Amino acid sequence: MSDTPVEDKKAKYQRVAYYPGCALEGTGHAYNRSTKAVGKALGLELDEVKNWNCCGAMEVKNIDPKIQTYLSSRVMSIAANEMHADVVMAPCNGCYHNLKKAEHDLAHDAGSREVVDRISQKAGHATYQAGQLETIHALDWIKQGVGEEELKKRVKNSLKGLKVANYYGCMYTRPRHIFPEKDRGPGSESTSQPHFMDDLLEAAGAENVDFALKTACCGGAHTLSDSDTSTKLVLNILRAAEAAGADVIATECPTCHSGLEMHQVRAETVLGQKTTVKMMYFTQLLGVALGLAPRKVGLHENVSDGIELLKSKGLE
Amino acid sequence: MPIHEQSLIRPENLKTHDKLVIDGIDVSGHWSTFIESRVVTDYNERLQEEIAALPGGEHIHRCWQCGSCTNSCTVNAVNPDFNPRYWIYLIRLGMESELLRDKDIIWQCVSCNKCTYACPRDVFPEGVMKATAHWLELKGHTPKSKSMHFDEEFSEQVVATGKIEEGRIIRGFFARTAQPLMQPWLIEMARRLARHLPIKLGMLMGLAALIRPRTRRWGKARRALEEYVDEQQTKQRAALGLGDLVEMAKAELNGAGKRG
Ligand code: SF4
Ligand code: SF4
Ligand code: SF4
Repeated sequence: MSDTPVEDKKAKYQRVAYYPGCALEGTGHAYNRSTKAVGKALGLELDEVKNWNCCGAMEVKNIDPKIQTYLSSRVMSIAANEMHADVVMAPCNGCYHNLKKAEHDLAHDAGSREVVDRISQKAGHATYQAGQLETIHALDWIKQGVGEEELKKRVKNSLKGLKVANYYGCMYTRPRHIFPEKDRGPGSESTSQPHFMDDLLEAAGAENVDFALKTACCGGAHTLSDSDTSTKLVLNILRAAEAAGADVIATECPTCHSGLEMHQVRAETVLGQKTTVKMMYFTQLLGVALGLAPRKVGLHENVSDGIELLKSKGLE
Repeated sequence: MPIHEQSLIRPENLKTHDKLVIDGIDVSGHWSTFIESRVVTDYNERLQEEIAALPGGEHIHRCWQCGSCTNSCTVNAVNPDFNPRYWIYLIRLGMESELLRDKDIIWQCVSCNKCTYACPRDVFPEGVMKATAHWLELKGHTPKSKSMHFDEEFSEQVVATGKIEEGRIIRGFFARTAQPLMQPWLIEMARRLARHLPIKLGMLMGLAALIRPRTRRWGKARRALEEYVDEQQTKQRAALGLGDLVEMAKAELNGAGKRG
């Protein structure tokens, strides 16, 4: 699966099952919108998973990890058995991570298989079997389904002069064992120094800054239950991005994105610590580069207002 | 990077006499520092087993105390008392009372899995932190943490309808933890958000709060999940010795039945 040659991936990712997840229907609305718009502009197709359910996010596993495995497996079962898809794409790190974790646990842990099978039978649908589907992130979809060369050809508004810190968060690379296709040399993603987002934005003309906190944690798990810790962690990330000279922090997860935006406001109102770096989904940036109007990619829905910044760089 | 050590000598057990003369020699101040010995009598020999019986704690026995978890830990960087390696050490030795000294911060683990990434022994320290926090609550050592309230609010909504709606979660969480919803920074967020938002989207979001998103034909899955949760809770309580009372009461009733 992970050894599929590049050309086959292009064909395989052309049309994929799409699992937006709950966050993309709420605070991550702009990510949903920009992902769809960019996919369309690049000639990629999405089939939304029918009647999907929540994957359990970061919370359900703390009640019981196997329930989370079941929730993710139901989504995968629909994509594989009812829609006959080979690939499911999730733009949210949390969803992507949970589907990958379910895949791993179902392949390696008999206890998880037993519980998932029992609940699936009672719920009246086919049990998802490990290996039926390949789960990918929106970054894989565009990087491997289109690629930098093709993307470069389609750029209408180069992001030239825009300094970007690429922020991947926790769940895209950790824990390593659920991502067997990563760290496999040239062409694959790295868990210690992820670069897929950097590669795509560079192809779109952006200037990526050297950013040490790419995979630092924003404290998203306790964003409301331990807000002070989250605010401190976010402030570190924002400050590091600013120190590296970034105008924008590019994000690829609705939870990361809204965590950064929310605690930027909280740091300012509660601690009096103001930062000015703007948060934008990488799909919003790609959309702008592809010549889509800022509204088309939901830039007006962001809490941190980057529209003026883009105007000042001649990007609107 | 240093290994973050945790001294086993408590600061309050370091005794120094300002004025002390022994056999005519003045040993005041540092000269007379000694460590008050303490005796641990309340080992819980089953502590490791109890943690291992809870989800996430299964692999605690593999730990060889290298300290990589604490060294890489996100929360340790903000609070040096947050020390997964040390807690695992205490649990493995059964030093329950020592562990309880940190009972109010263990739940703060942010699940970033930096420890899991760094651990050479596949202990999954993140899971051990969750299991330990869970254990503290089940044993009644700590009240339910805010984080647990949040997880429960969230999970109950997912089990009930198959989906969640963020606004409803936030309202439910603030209500459970008796906090006012109108935090000044939340109001500021809403203000900034409303700046460019078309009325239509605002309405949609408002509607989402009224119309609960749900997965269709979810009823059977809901019942299966509820049954599973009940079953697991009974198992966990039994593993922690908390099921005993129920069992004793049952035996007593049976006995009484037979005798009568
Ligand atoms: S960085 Fe924060 S929101 Fe993103 S995955 Fe990690 S904890 Fe979650
Ligand atoms: S998962 Fe928890 S214990 Fe592990 S590094 Fe992150 S905060 Fe620390
Ligand atoms: S990294 Fe793993 S083996 Fe090392 S101290 Fe932590 S839990 Fe133990």
